[in-house]
Amino acid sequence: MLKDFVKGIWRENPVFVQVLGMCPTLAVTTSLINGLSMGLATTFVLIASGLAISSLRKVIPDQVRIASFMIIIASFVTVVKLLFEAHIPTISTQLGPYLPLIVTNCIILGRQEAFASKEPVSRSLMDALGMGLGFAFALVVLGSVRELFYQGTIADVEILGSWYKSMIIMVQPAGAFISLSILVALFKKLSSRG
Amino acid sequence: MKQIMKMVLVLTVLGLVSGLVLSLVSNYATPIINENNREAIKEAIFYVLPKTEDYEVKTIEGKDIYVTRDSEGQVNGYAFTASGSGYQGTIELMVGVNSNLEEIQGIQVLDSSETPGLGGKIRGGNFKNQFRGEDASGGVSLVKSAPTEPGEIEAITGATISSKAVVDIINKGLDQVQEIMGSGE
Repeated sequence: MLKDFVKGIWRENPVFVQVLGMCPTLAVTTSLINGLSMGLATTFVLIASGLAISSLRKVIPDQVRIASFMIIIASFVTVVKLLFEAHIPTISTQLGPYLPLIVTNCIILGRQEAFASKEPVSRSLMDALGMGLGFAFALVVLGSVRELFYQGTIADVEILGSWYKSMIIMVQPAGAFISLSILVALFKKLSSRG
Repeated sequence: MKQIMKMVLVLTVLGLVSGLVLSLVSNYATPIINENNREAIKEAIFYVLPKTEDYEVKTIEGKDIYVTRDSEGQVNGYAFTASGSGYQGTIELMVGVNSNLEEIQGIQVLDSSETPGLGGKIRGGNFKNQFRGEDASGGVSLVKSAPTEPGEIEAITGATISSKAVVDIINKGLDQVQEIMGSGE
């Protein structure tokens, strides 16, 4: 049970190890808060659809499983989108189209196919929680790095002093690719030692 | 046959449940979202016309014009939204003008997807404050150095296209509103 949870965060981290869900990973991580909100929204969808699909796994016929998964995932994504727009409109504007695009995040469909549709509810919950938090963790790290080198702040708290000259490239796509590749390399180095 | 029935049944039930849940959530969220949007418009109006105490919406020829009044109940200006293409995607602005439509009182960016750090600076105070009290009887124009003539706006370094877009959107919007208000009164 615990192993199902931990693997998503470390050994099978969806971003750093499996390199999945790159679209939101690269696009929204311009700051810690954006990365965190995207990570948590995705975690919610993973858990909710994982629970639903795992409990329905014996009912859903094999031939229409992908269609059924998509209905379930898309419904939860729409719920998240509406709740974000209603309660945290500023973050919803920041994330823009990437919030509804969680539907197409391959981590989500991937976990249903690989895990939730075969395993009992409790294990699927742990798996979804682990993968979701692993994804959120990666987005937070990436968001913090980019925000720090862009304007010298993390979560809008000044870290580097006023001497720091902002690096515009860090909030642009090129900066996303550069930071992500360095982080993936670092992660590889760290995990191969242990 | 039995298998097909099961497939149809499962998909139908899933669709129905999903539709039910979504309509419930939507019923709950839509009023709050509308309220948020109204609040955003209101905030923008108060930002572009700082002396405003109260405002009303007037729809003339299909265009919403916000007529604002100061603390003495006098009409102190008009605010309207204007949009057009920026460097990336659409820029939507709220523009406030004085009551004879000749002086811009302020602008606010409602929506834009300009490059962060470059064109994104159109959201910054340095750029927006240039429009406060700017003479716009002949429209505003963009210059690349410090403005010398009335109606001139200095472009953001490295973001000429975005700056130009904002100026064009304002001019187009002003023209439209001047025409509507001119013919209406």
